[in-house]
Amino acid sequence: MELTSEEKDMLEGKHGNAVRKSMEILVALGNIFGAKQLIDVASVQIAGVSYHNLGEAGLGYLSELARDGKVRVLTTLNPAGMDMENWKNLGISPDFAEKQERVIDAFKKMGVITTCTCTPYFIGNNPRFGEHVSWSESSAVCYANSVLGLKTNREGGPSALASALTGKTPEFGMHLDENRQAEIAVNVSADIKTVPDFGALGYAIGKKIGKNVPLIKGIKNAGTEELKSFCASIATYGGTALFHMEGITPNQTAEPGESVDIAQQDIDGAKAELNDADEIDLVGIGCPHLSLKEVSEVARMLEGKKVNKEVWICVARPIKRIADQMGYTKIIEDSGAKFACDTCMAVAPLKGRFRGLATDSAKGCFYGRGKNSFKTKFATIPELIEEATR
Amino acid sequence: MSETMKGRPVAKGKAEGEAMVSADGISFYGGVEPETGKVVERGHPLEGKTVTGKILVFPTGKGSTVGSYVLYDMKKRGTAPAAIINKEIETIIAVGAIISEIPCVDKIEIEMIKDGAKVEVDADSGTLKLL
Repeated sequence: MELTSEEKDMLEGKHGNAVRKSMEILVALGNIFGAKQLIDVASVQIAGVSYHNLGEAGLGYLSELARDGKVRVLTTLNPAGMDMENWKNLGISPDFAEKQERVIDAFKKMGVITTCTCTPYFIGNNPRFGEHVSWSESSAVCYANSVLGLKTNREGGPSALASALTGKTPEFGMHLDENRQAEIAVNVSADIKTVPDFGALGYAIGKKIGKNVPLIKGIKNAGTEELKSFCASIATYGGTALFHMEGITPNQTAEPGESVDIAQQDIDGAKAELNDADEIDLVGIGCPHLSLKEVSEVARMLEGKKVNKEVWICVARPIKRIADQMGYTKIIEDSGAKFACDTCMAVAPLKGRFRGLATDSAKGCFYGRGKNSFKTKFATIPELIEEATR
Repeated sequence: MSETMKGRPVAKGKAEGEAMVSADGISFYGGVEPETGKVVERGHPLEGKTVTGKILVFPTGKGSTVGSYVLYDMKKRGTAPAAIINKEIETIIAVGAIISEIPCVDKIEIEMIKDGAKVEVDADSGTLKLL
């Protein structure tokens, strides 16, 4: 890989230890994946924030980098293992809370914006169409590439942090236009309308085409919320970093040679597979974190009602602040539902506390099952609220 | 008499030790216990064995990107392998080896290395010497 004289200095430690270590990571990845150079990134999104996943090891690494590391571009964080302000109310232990706070403190010391969310694009990490970024969090990567027209590989926590501390990433994969073309057409004949429909569509396509870049046809309309859910699902069940949706997403692509079909039975099959719970004791809404529109709708549905089970409303804290200002928070909390900012039901350590999770998120089902051993029910937000207030 | 193999340097450093060879990929997150260095993945060919101090030879990494942090944790605890040899590296192991400063080489025909063989690794140049 060709390095500039400044980049060589960074690699040799002239900009400090954190920059040296970060450059070693980026140069090694660049060499492995055949990058010719490093390129500047407009922003970074870092995953690997929950202490539940990081452990002492991750915390030790972050603390070491925080000794002399400072971010060079706008950098935001993925969800943590708890609500950073309201953790007690969500049943998190003081021991876990103390460790999670140390993780956040290390990021803060490096200048990372310590709002913890999987929807950085809702809180101001929103570069312009076509810019290169270095994002982790598979749903946000997919949304960035496909919906916003940004260019990013699927980064892991350490490589995204390395980009934050240097402002750079190696140029390979999704950064190159030749890798952003559709590889397979997906003809959808099923009727896709609701958020769970889009989640089931992501599941069905992901299982069929894996990491290939699809050109999806036959979708009449999709808003921000539907696309957010679709991105989370197709990235979880398939692993693609990018898709094209005819008439909806902004990137250009040539017509691929191969194609597959998705029929109503594929969608019904996906929904059936995601429903295996008989008994629900936790309703989790907001995977990925809710948009402002969704929070306002949830408030309207809960107005004057009481919930009869644990209900978590997962959002980025800035969205909650707007909800506070608009009175939505009072309505939601008066119903007995709880806000879970900075976290969600998939990353919080909830194993053993609940058995059945009901959610509108196909991704939430996957991680609820894998990490927290939940059984799951998959339905729309109005159906979930109806069940929780019956 | 010794045989030399040439691969690609991934993470710098030198090490010498006994080869532990796995035909399957390794996920350090969930697959290896950082406290003991023991492989705990159910059904894995190395299940129950301890990777500490070994020249760990396997095709490629798998699983969660948190695996990079697990390697770092093992290095700090003194339970890490002495070096890692892969057929084809991927990002989790590459990043893990770099941040942990564990010598790492890939593009090696790992089928040629016998379990238990004495191996000298020079990851600065990407060479292995089978002793």
